[in-house]
Amino acid sequence: MRVILKVTDLCKTFTLHRLNQRKIIGCQNINFTVQQGQFIGITGKSGAGKTTVLKCIYRTYLPSSGSIVFNSALQGEIDLAQSDVQQIITVRRQEIGYIAQFLRVLPQMTALDLVVETLLAKGDHQEQAVQQARAMLRHFQIPAKLWDAYPHTFSGGEKLRLNLAQAMIKRPRLLLLDEPTAALDEQSKAPVQEMIIELKKSGTTMVGIFHDLAFMKDVVDSNYQISQGCFKEVGIA
Amino acid sequence: MKEQPLLKVRNLNKVYGRGCTQCLALTGPAVDSNICPACNTIIACAGIDLDVYAGEIIGIVGESGSGKSTLIKCLCFDEMPDAGEAYLQNFAAGQTNIFAVSSQKKRWLRNHRLGIVYQNPHLGLRLDSSCGGNIAEKLIAADWYHVGKIRTRAKELLKKTKLPLERLDDLPKNFSGGMQQRVQIAKALANNPPLLLLDEVTTGLDVSVQAQILDLIRQIQQRLGIAMIVVSHDFAVIRMLTERTLVMKNGRVVESGLTDQVMEDPQHAYTQLLINSML
Repeated sequence: MRVILKVTDLCKTFTLHRLNQRKIIGCQNINFTVQQGQFIGITGKSGAGKTTVLKCIYRTYLPSSGSIVFNSALQGEIDLAQSDVQQIITVRRQEIGYIAQFLRVLPQMTALDLVVETLLAKGDHQEQAVQQARAMLRHFQIPAKLWDAYPHTFSGGEKLRLNLAQAMIKRPRLLLLDEPTAALDEQSKAPVQEMIIELKKSGTTMVGIFHDLAFMKDVVDSNYQISQGCFKEVGIA
Repeated sequence: MKEQPLLKVRNLNKVYGRGCTQCLALTGPAVDSNICPACNTIIACAGIDLDVYAGEIIGIVGESGSGKSTLIKCLCFDEMPDAGEAYLQNFAAGQTNIFAVSSQKKRWLRNHRLGIVYQNPHLGLRLDSSCGGNIAEKLIAADWYHVGKIRTRAKELLKKTKLPLERLDDLPKNFSGGMQQRVQIAKALANNPPLLLLDEVTTGLDVSVQAQILDLIRQIQQRLGIAMIVVSHDFAVIRMLTERTLVMKNGRVVESGLTDQVMEDPQHAYTQLLINSML
């Protein structure tokens, strides 16, 4: 099977200039490989470095050393740790999705527009994008009466489901999920699980952070635990 | 093949004063000043490199006096830089330095290739001319002469910027701040510019009007594919609108990169200070 993501000796250290150049280690010597259609889960205590690893892959954090080789369908193998900004913008629009814990959106942008624009940025046509966006919002059980409302007014669970809809609709080649079920009740988790399984079948590779171990064991193929910034593979309990 | 930038700026310098050989060495973020101690010249911009790609929104942030607005003024020929080059891909095949062309060609570029929206509507509008008259002024400068077509285009632009059509013949001096900004945006869009320069366009507006303007900017970029340079000292505005950001201090670019990276993992001491000062 094709390797989609290969992380080698990834280290991230934050330098706090205002505090006498104090160094904070985010993660160190992270090594793992993910194949196409595989989903790996990352677990660990709060502050262990889980989100740091994910944000280094998405390049929200600049890795201090190591490589993150992504097998892009459009650009071939690229090292996300070293790629120039334009390359990162292109792969983000087309191939890599990120589901953050919090939804950030313009104050007067409707829920439907938010999802539609993900597809427009990818180059899809307006009509097709609207149809797909409606189907996705329906799948994530966001009531139709909220589609033209502003997400600022949504509940935590609705915001998270909208976040999931926005990231999953473009069917990215690589999807990074930061606690995708954190604010969801049991009933709302079912469509998330269904969508993850569907994306896996269609070849999306995923790396996700979980505190919800029961949900995680049903969807991931392998599980890595991170402790004091270091990574080790553990079984799926 | 690698995409070529729509606008490429290299080593742009702008100083106010006579200047001396030590100006650049004695100013900048390292000494926290843009005033040369040897000759009192103000170094507004120094060594600025900037690439803007078609259809993208790029943000420029920094405190007051950091050189953001001077940079914009140089790009739209309100001010002439003292050194540096800039190339527009859709002008002379991107091979001619636009700072070095004649005044006539600069005027043509401004009328045909650029749109500018200022923080203060007084700078971008004739407040005593009608809303339609302001838009017509830009269109006439861009070689539109048919009155009927100008009026149709003005109505189209009012609709795009969500201004009531019945206000077409009203004077902008009787409009609210948010509406004046919309007229400015309509005027700037009149000639279908590939590049729009927005200088602190939401500063001073109340939050609900600010939200409407931000939404309008986003829609313009999404639907018309116009590239934009957005100058703001408000990080929230930059975060919402842009994918790439430049941080300026004392006339220099101290950091640039993906907007989320600049905000969440700032590398420069000054950017860290700015981010840590956000409310």
